[in-house]
Amino acid sequence: MLEAYPQNRFARIVLWSFAALVMAFLMLPTLVVVPLSFSASSLLEFPPHAYSLRWYENFFSSATWMAALRTSLILGTLTALIAVPFALLACISMNRLGGKTAASIQSVLLTPSVTPGILLAIGLFFVLAAQRLVGTLFGVLVGHVVLAVPVACIVLLPALARFDWNQVQAARSLGANWARAIGGIIVPQLRLSLLSATLMAFLTSLDESVISIFIASGRNSTMPKLMFLSLRDQIDPTIAAISTLWTAIVVVVVVIVALRQKS
Amino acid sequence: MKSLPITIDSVSKAYGSYVALDDVSLDIQAGEFLTLLGPSGSGKTTLLMALAGFVRPDSGKLLLGDRDITRLAPNKRDIGIVFQNYALFPHMNVLANVAYPLALRNTPRAEARQRALATLARVKLDGLAERNIAALSGGQRQRVALARAIVFEPRVMLMDEPLSALDKNLRETMQYEIRRLHDDLGITTIYVTHDQREALIMSDRIAVMNAGRIQQIDTPQRIYDRPSTRFVAEFMGEANIVAPGSVRRVDGAEASRETLMIRAESFHLDAKLAGADAVALEGMLRAKAFRGENWLLTLALDGGQEVLVCIPAALAGGCAELAAGQRMTAYAPAAKVHAIAGAMA
Ligand SMILES: Nc1ncnc2c1ncn2[C@@H]1O[C@H](COP(=O)(O)OP(=O)(O)OP(=O)(O)O)[C@@H](O)[C@H]1O
Ligand SMILES: [Mg+2]
Repeated sequence: MLEAYPQNRFARIVLWSFAALVMAFLMLPTLVVVPLSFSASSLLEFPPHAYSLRWYENFFSSATWMAALRTSLILGTLTALIAVPFALLACISMNRLGGKTAASIQSVLLTPSVTPGILLAIGLFFVLAAQRLVGTLFGVLVGHVVLAVPVACIVLLPALARFDWNQVQAARSLGANWARAIGGIIVPQLRLSLLSATLMAFLTSLDESVISIFIASGRNSTMPKLMFLSLRDQIDPTIAAISTLWTAIVVVVVVIVALRQKS
Repeated sequence: MKSLPITIDSVSKAYGSYVALDDVSLDIQAGEFLTLLGPSGSGKTTLLMALAGFVRPDSGKLLLGDRDITRLAPNKRDIGIVFQNYALFPHMNVLANVAYPLALRNTPRAEARQRALATLARVKLDGLAERNIAALSGGQRQRVALARAIVFEPRVMLMDEPLSALDKNLRETMQYEIRRLHDDLGITTIYVTHDQREALIMSDRIAVMNAGRIQQIDTPQRIYDRPSTRFVAEFMGEANIVAPGSVRRVDGAEASRETLMIRAESFHLDAKLAGADAVALEGMLRAKAFRGENWLLTLALDGGQEVLVCIPAALAGGCAELAAGQRMTAYAPAAKVHAIAGAMA
């Protein structure tokens, strides 16, 4: 890797400036909403003439937004709690099966991560409609778990590939049943990967809008769904305040994951 | 501790079309130390893993005492296993590793701790109880693995090449210690190795395996001196397989019409040392090499076959003067000449 860096000082400056430009291009659109959210005006103007926290107040005092926030956090937590254990067991069996069988299971499990969200949402809508589950929180949860499982698998598969399976056989021979071998030997050693997988699954749900728009009813709107709707209906800086908060949450989670993976 | 006999009854296992175990039958007595010896890929690990419950035989039965364990889950077999790479748990310290099987059996904490410490003392690891696994040497890890496998007093112990990762000196110490531990505990033990010296030193009996079959089961001495097949003869050391008709009896009696196995170190150059009923092999010296404790001579018989002759340095007064190309005779005592089944290659 390191040899790929140019030795020449000038070339290095050019490379770094280019990288900085790309970063700015990626991040500025997100960052623009931050000053907007502190504006005192009720129009979206940039840069703002005066500053205030009124849009944050507006958000925290709105029953609709608070309900959506609660729905999103509950959904995210449930998604992670269901998707990660499921993904762990799936990855263990793929790891053990090996060969073609494992490859085909893996491609089925990972499909949702490459299917366009809208197709998945339409499909899910019909399946849930048949079960009369459209509009329920449970329906949205099913969709989010389907999306979060591949994300968790992508984190857990390489971690399991590095794991010494003899340890599980040793534990079994010493008297551990499957549950105790997984809980006492695999889980503690994969705890960092499991934490990453949990946070990534949580984020997947927190960030998801298409399935929420299709499946969730008005009463159990998620944050992303409500944000889309409010952008369509009325534009005021409340949405900027929410975006800022939302970005902050996501950044915090991603930074935790990144730091964990490094250590 | 009450140990149990093991019965392996016509066990077969195939991976696709590849037969890893081919109708293996073996009786191991209670308290016996039996070694599975064989070249790489001969099915030793597969047989051990079938006993441990990680490989399900396609056919055949496995009995522990008179209990059929063929389909029993690995955690219910009460078999202590030492894995080749030790498979210690890196997230627990030494004490927790050794106490793990006791914790699984809901042994009270204080008792588990005390038994684990006693077992650690038994394998000479006193004082290392609180160490991390990562901070142990190879030999120390080996001892932790041993302690963990015996602490719950299993009635059978399986070891898969437990010493292969250690250097030569440590390996010899551990061979002695494992055997002593076995004698103290009286636990039925199946030990896997592909080192024939190790098998000879440690075992009550050796089962030589090749290509998924057991070739011979016998005491180390009989395996070495009286191999039943050519494969066993050649696997166990420098063996000469001599065609019928290339030997003569010193006393003039008629020589055997069978294929003979004579070990290189059975020969003498002095006819008097070999006894009156010795057999003699005549030929031309092709090469000689000094190996410290002995000389290795390569003798080309008149039929063209080459025979290795190993003469202890102490008895090899004349060896240094021998010259390649010179005619000579090697004598083997009748007791050391063994007829084996199977035609010449
Ligand atoms: N899971 C498996 N799938 C396919 N083939 C296997 C499997 N396990 C073992 N084999 C094959 O079965 C044969 C016997 O393997 P085994 O591990 O028992 O040999 P071994 O005697 O222990 O050899 P070594 O001394 O190298 O450890 C080998 O040819 C191996 O490739
Ligand atoms: Mg093996």
